[in-house]
Amino acid sequence: MAPDNKIGKIQELVYEIRVGEVMKKNVFTVSPRTHMSVLRLILQDKRFSGAPVIDKSKLVGIISVEDFIKWLADRQQDCPIGEKMTKRVHTLYDDEPLTHAINKFEQYGHGRFVVVDRRSGELRGIITKGDIVEGLLKKLEIAYDEEETRRLRIRHFFEDILADKATLLFQYDVIGQDFKRAGECASRLKATLKRLGLHPQVTRRVAIATYEAEMNLIIYTDGGHIHVRVEPNEILVKVEDSGPGIPDVEQAMQPGYSTAPEWVRELGFGAGMGLDNIRKCSSRMGLESTVGKGTQLKICVSVENGAEHEAN
Amino acid sequence: MGQSMKLIELVDKLNLSVRSAKGNLQRQITGGYASDLLSDVLANSEDGNIWITLQIHQNIIGVASMKELAGIILVNGREPEQETLEKAQAENIPVMVSDLPTFELVGKLYNLGVGAMRE
Repeated sequence: MAPDNKIGKIQELVYEIRVGEVMKKNVFTVSPRTHMSVLRLILQDKRFSGAPVIDKSKLVGIISVEDFIKWLADRQQDCPIGEKMTKRVHTLYDDEPLTHAINKFEQYGHGRFVVVDRRSGELRGIITKGDIVEGLLKKLEIAYDEEETRRLRIRHFFEDILADKATLLFQYDVIGQDFKRAGECASRLKATLKRLGLHPQVTRRVAIATYEAEMNLIIYTDGGHIHVRVEPNEILVKVEDSGPGIPDVEQAMQPGYSTAPEWVRELGFGAGMGLDNIRKCSSRMGLESTVGKGTQLKICVSVENGAEHEAN
Repeated sequence: MGQSMKLIELVDKLNLSVRSAKGNLQRQITGGYASDLLSDVLANSEDGNIWITLQIHQNIIGVASMKELAGIILVNGREPEQETLEKAQAENIPVMVSDLPTFELVGKLYNLGVGAMRE
């Protein structure tokens, strides 16, 4: 096989799927002793274009509309089907791969093939090109569903990492006073955690806490960094800036306490709820600050607790 | 519990003008939240809520996206800023405009059964 000759999924499937999986199993059959005049009624009634002829559970021929028309055109007398049927029937075995069926369709140009058991020769079903297409489409749909599920299963990302300890680190840089990009870091982090397949509740908690922390950097500082450490059991968000610092951390933690200027409040920020929101979203939280030096905020969301109950 | 309602029905019944994400109006509304404080919305709104606010700057989109809100209704006929619209379009979040003030709009939403959706 030439290197550029790519094998597609269809090629793979036609070798994988067996005739028996896609054929029609309920086949209407006729006996060789049935008369052509009766066949006419059957063809009309059932709208078949042909039927296998079975004698003592063995396939002895196939009678098609073409055979019937030929009989009509020749204005012959009524006779048993056995005399007018096509006796040399090309068959397929139910355990053959589809590729054999496709080859035979091309080779003989028939509209349908009778499928028989390889050993007993007994009738198993009938297969048309339509059945092959339908069977392939069904398999492709299943394969597609599996692929989609697999993508969702990246939640087991960590399970696939073979190590005694696995940690993912992300850093986001926040520019002070940049209200236009406010919340961008939190959004990017949220999308990343989602992709890692973390529990939606955990992802939401981390994202909200990070959003509030990011807003604090934008409103009150010249900017800073958000470091995120993702481990199988917990997500740790460390937010650092280099000033101005919080004079009274305890006071700052009080819901409603704010030093935000009026214009920031008009934007709907600075209501003094940020740190409280962070506290509500986190499993543990630590805030250390030195005036003139900077602030360090640590937020920990445990995967287990985070998924268990709502933050709010 | 009120009956379930889609965003598109609200648009129709409250005569809202949709300013962004016009293709994303089929979402079921899970309730509503009215507030102009972003932290408050972050803390207390829920997935699929409709948010009623007079804030028109682009950070409302970040909040709506963060909380996976169904959409934002701006009151008093306030028009979103250009950056807000661009961001809303990018995040596929419907921003709608109503001429009513918050109090009246929320009243109408309750009459439509939106307010009573929380158990």
